[in-house]
Amino acid sequence: MTAAVSAAGPHSPAAPSVAKRPAKRVLPGFKLTLGFTLFYLSLIVLIPLSALVFKTFTLTWDQFVAAVSSPRVIASYQLTFGASFLAAVVNAVFGLLVAWVLVRYQFPGKKIIDALVDLPFALPTAVAGISLTALLASNGWIGSLLEPYGIQLAFNRNGVVIALIFIGLPFVVRTVQPVLEDAEKELEEAATCLGATRWQTFRFVIFPTIGPALLTGFAMAFARGVGEYGSVIFIAGNMPMLSEITPLIIIGKLEQYDYAGATAVATVMLLASFFMLLVINGLQSWQRKRSGS
Amino acid sequence: MNFKQKATLALATFALTASNLVAAQTTLLNVSYDVAREFYKDINTAFIANYKKTTGKDIKIDQSHAGSSAQARAVNDGLDADVVTMNTTTDVDFLASTGVVAKDWAKKFPNNAAPTSSTMLFLVRNGNPKGIKDWDDLIKPGVQVVVVNPKTGGNGRLAYLAAWGQVRKKGGSDAQALDYVTKLYKNVPVLAKGGRDATTIFLQRNIGDVLITFESEVVSVDNEFGAGKVDAVHPSSSVVAENPVAVVERTVAKKGTAEQAKAYLNFLYSEEGQEIAAKHAIRPTNQAILKKYSNVFKPISLFRVEDYFGSFSEAQKVHFNDGGQFDKLYTVK
Repeated sequence: MTAAVSAAGPHSPAAPSVAKRPAKRVLPGFKLTLGFTLFYLSLIVLIPLSALVFKTFTLTWDQFVAAVSSPRVIASYQLTFGASFLAAVVNAVFGLLVAWVLVRYQFPGKKIIDALVDLPFALPTAVAGISLTALLASNGWIGSLLEPYGIQLAFNRNGVVIALIFIGLPFVVRTVQPVLEDAEKELEEAATCLGATRWQTFRFVIFPTIGPALLTGFAMAFARGVGEYGSVIFIAGNMPMLSEITPLIIIGKLEQYDYAGATAVATVMLLASFFMLLVINGLQSWQRKRSGS
Repeated sequence: MNFKQKATLALATFALTASNLVAAQTTLLNVSYDVAREFYKDINTAFIANYKKTTGKDIKIDQSHAGSSAQARAVNDGLDADVVTMNTTTDVDFLASTGVVAKDWAKKFPNNAAPTSSTMLFLVRNGNPKGIKDWDDLIKPGVQVVVVNPKTGGNGRLAYLAAWGQVRKKGGSDAQALDYVTKLYKNVPVLAKGGRDATTIFLQRNIGDVLITFESEVVSVDNEFGAGKVDAVHPSSSVVAENPVAVVERTVAKKGTAEQAKAYLNFLYSEEGQEIAAKHAIRPTNQAILKKYSNVFKPISLFRVEDYFGSFSEAQKVHFNDGGQFDKLYTVK
């Protein structure tokens, strides 16, 4: 929820008119707040991240390249980013549906279902991984039903995607939900009155409103998937070149006491995620401009 | 994940220092590997009683368990362990290389500072439906073998070394050993993260026909899942997995617990300590006690890592580090 708020904050159209009179601000304590923000962010985010990068600098360039580009590591990037992307797409579609139903309809037990959405946030991810594996393994409730058809969901790449869908769902629901709640129903009614079809209403009225939030949710689910370890590790099978995620490569390197190699791979992941988030942010502001809100 | 671990570590260290200030009596922290939890619980009870009897003083032992190398990293990064009890020498060697334990730690206690050892066995499903008897049965087509990923667990490294070494022990060459290991890992459907994860995959998820694991896991499996679900198969030969122990000099110098830490580790060599190990299916070094429990420790031709791999750290370099022999199994087609 907070993400949706902050996503709207810096671009809010009211900002420039306030900034014209720098002498007096409506809200007091700006300087202190900014100082606090920078201090706190440094303490919690920037210092640990720079420690990561500094550790990587203990490697020479050749060592760095060797550490981050061996065939096993490359295969793990493909799996990690591919599975995270796929899971985020699935979550974008179905998370939107969940958010839609939760906002637009009243039904008994709605509060409970609404609370259920947050469970993947609260649950230790390893617990999620173990329970998913128990369900989907060939002797589990779901797995045993699918096995006769030759469908195997646990201990291969499918398992990775499923685990990432599970942990990514709340990101989409919780970012889209508040925006949907704020969306004016009257606009949709007007569209219908003017003769728009359901699809046209969705395409031209609803989607432009929730698009940026949906993209934010997608981006967060994607970024979370890239870093996810606990839930995936129990269900992936962890076969090198096949179902080995990048965080496992990092843990493997740590087990060899190869701190620098581990942080090198971590830095690559960090940069890739940062780049993705940047692209998605750009997309968002482009969409916001286009929809003129 | 990295930071999460570090944060937990920081919190744990903080909590431990805090509890140290509160407790008036001496408290030792034993940092150990995952599957030794139950063993050290019994050892601690016995040691506390023994210490009270011999010195008249109270002592408290805290224990901390996780993956062996993860624990070594935690101690290196500042976890105030008084003693470390690991399952591979590389983990203690790492601590020696950073000066946390003494350089000559292996000489400080008898038998290379390894009061106990274990070996790698096969667990098969009840009645042994696939008729697994020895290593050669594991590479037959259609046999699925569950092992731990050597990249993430000492258990997995020892299974790999056992598989490789048994070929050498039969007089085979390194090339033949490589051929065997290549075939073996083709039969592996899942690489487990650690020893307990492997047991869960084999028993709860019902995957695989054979589980290669520590001898001591047999007892844990019988306790956890009920006796008779699995049979232990003793192959013709296997590797000795020593369980090295060391005093953490950095901590004991600060806390002044050197004597107690030494007494604690020496207790592992005492008859009482060795008996407790035997009860947990961990091989005692005391030959008389080993013989007494011969129904558990069936005779098996054992070899040491040093016999075929030079040393544990040599084996780590050649086989398990990035670009090593294990990586090649999966990257070279």
